[in-house]
Amino acid sequence: MNTSSSSSPVIECKNLWKIFGARHKEAMKFVQESSLGKSEVRDRFGCVVGVQNVSFSVSQGEIFCIMGLSGSGKSTLIRHVNRLIEPTLGQVIIEGVDVNSLNARALRKLRAEKIGMVFQSMALMPHRTVRDNVVFSLEVRGINEKQRHEVASRAIHAVDLDGWDSHYPDELSGGMQQRVGLARAIAADPDILLMDEPFSALDPLIRRQLQDKFISLSAEMNKTTLFITHDLDEAIRIGDRIAIMKDGVLVQVGTPEEIVTEPADDYVRDFVGGISKLELVTAGKIMEPLEAYQQHAGAIGQGWSVARPEDNLNTLVDMAIENEHPILIQSDGKMVGVVTRHALLRGIQGRVEPVSK
Amino acid sequence: MAEEKTFNLLDPFSGVDLGIGDWADGIKEWASAHREGMQPFKQFINDMIVGIEHAFQTTPPLIMLAIISLIAWQAGGKRVGIIVAASLCCLGFLDPNAWNLAMTTLAIVTSAVTLCVIIGLPLGILAGKSNTFETIMRPFLDTMQTIPAFVYLVPVVMLIGIGNVSGVIVTIIFALPPLIRLTSLGIRQVNPSVVEAARAFGSSPLQILFKVELPLATQTILAGLNQTIMLSLSMVVIASMISVKGLGNEVLRAMGRLDAGKALVGGLGIVILAIVLDRITQGLGQSDRERGYRHWWQGGPIGLVLRWMGKTA
Repeated sequence: MNTSSSSSPVIECKNLWKIFGARHKEAMKFVQESSLGKSEVRDRFGCVVGVQNVSFSVSQGEIFCIMGLSGSGKSTLIRHVNRLIEPTLGQVIIEGVDVNSLNARALRKLRAEKIGMVFQSMALMPHRTVRDNVVFSLEVRGINEKQRHEVASRAIHAVDLDGWDSHYPDELSGGMQQRVGLARAIAADPDILLMDEPFSALDPLIRRQLQDKFISLSAEMNKTTLFITHDLDEAIRIGDRIAIMKDGVLVQVGTPEEIVTEPADDYVRDFVGGISKLELVTAGKIMEPLEAYQQHAGAIGQGWSVARPEDNLNTLVDMAIENEHPILIQSDGKMVGVVTRHALLRGIQGRVEPVSK
Repeated sequence: MAEEKTFNLLDPFSGVDLGIGDWADGIKEWASAHREGMQPFKQFINDMIVGIEHAFQTTPPLIMLAIISLIAWQAGGKRVGIIVAASLCCLGFLDPNAWNLAMTTLAIVTSAVTLCVIIGLPLGILAGKSNTFETIMRPFLDTMQTIPAFVYLVPVVMLIGIGNVSGVIVTIIFALPPLIRLTSLGIRQVNPSVVEAARAFGSSPLQILFKVELPLATQTILAGLNQTIMLSLSMVVIASMISVKGLGNEVLRAMGRLDAGKALVGGLGIVILAIVLDRITQGLGQSDRERGYRHWWQGGPIGLVLRWMGKTA
């Protein structure tokens, strides 16, 4: 895993378990001792396993997407980060502090100051104006009205809703409501954003607009983000890293390119099947090392196109149309590999030939 | 116990006497033995009723009429204000005494409803928050609503004595349940995802209650308040049996003398009072936005005065 930053993680989940049901303690014990499966736990204890032994860490400024279908436990998982749900077992550590060791007051402070959250259902307060919704976390901390006003204007401006301050949520369209939700999450300038399927309930065009808005905002603000989605396209567009979740387990964690080119199992492979690889997969991934190529195909020729390892398939396709020869890959002024037509076409299909690795 | 009944398996009930009636009679004894302990409580309610009644009676009828109509206008808009003013005029012209009697009844109802709110709102909130508490409360509420008033009339009189205080207590027993039930319902109906959002942004349980749950439950709670007011008005005749003055007493006395005319006057007075209070509380239940402005003080007579002051300033 090539985590972009080497500093200590901002959010860290360690062996997190959540079992729902009256007999969750017993069930937890049995699962640990005899590694029972999900359906056995349900039959024997009447308990539902929501999250199974999940560990991951998110570093400063990273956008970490958790992708899974409904019922995969992703919404349960994200609620452990600000302890809206108590784990059955395991730890959640935020900036070095175990969230589950905090007392009620410290937990409220953490939620109000450090963490902003956006909900799929928007969850705006219908009796409050846009402004009062946006600065809710400041109001509960007892910050005076003048300061709240300033913060509200700034946050509302950031999501392009100027002029809507004193309107009520039900006077706004769905997309605008979710922008209010986003403004509310960033108003207190928290270090961490928790996004629980924020754009899933919106129609595709608005969703795209809000994704763009979010991408530009998060590039500007550099917040550590945990982003839940059931849409792999969205995860790929937004995430620095993606975790695929299934039945409460993280099946695979990696960069979008890793997920697409090296799916861990059939489940992930199924998912990435329909994803266009043109923008995602780079030359470095599909090239054959120079020596290996020279061993079976002979010397490299003159007049071949030259690309860099980080160029994506789209660029390579353009080159391949202009020039029939294989494409040379040059890194730091040195030839390192060759992409043949064969490899390129396989790459577009999402299959990386074993020989090239 | 001379003729010992034989126990019959097919009719087990007639052969067994658990003596519940005697046991309950003990409560009555206990009540009359503990009258002294109730004195401070009785004094408090009595002071409250006397104070309110004094205020209502000393205010000249026309000014009182104007005040109530203005409150109605503020609460429910111009139309409600006019309806209330007209109803109150009718009430006044019913009989030379009608206005004073109505004010006494209004004072009793106001005291009873105020106490209902003080008792009912917290209980309703607790019932809305805790399933256990709701389950415990439910049989009590059912009892209070359905048990005939005559059953508790006697113990209450034994404990407190006849008069306005007992009347208010009897009224509270009958009128309290809808407020508790609808407060609980209102709290339960608040969208849980909004409450979750409030939690996620760091609110304490009290902040959630006052900033989210109660505001969102207001309409339902006001519907409960409306029911409580209506039920307390319906108790005034029964309460007059334990010597509570007012319109109810008129009806009772007229019934004793088979004077249908006087009974009608008293009865109509109660109905008009009910209409007035109903319109005002229903008006409260409308949200400001349904009425077309942002805050309650932007409409009605207060809005008018504020706008006028804004212009002259």
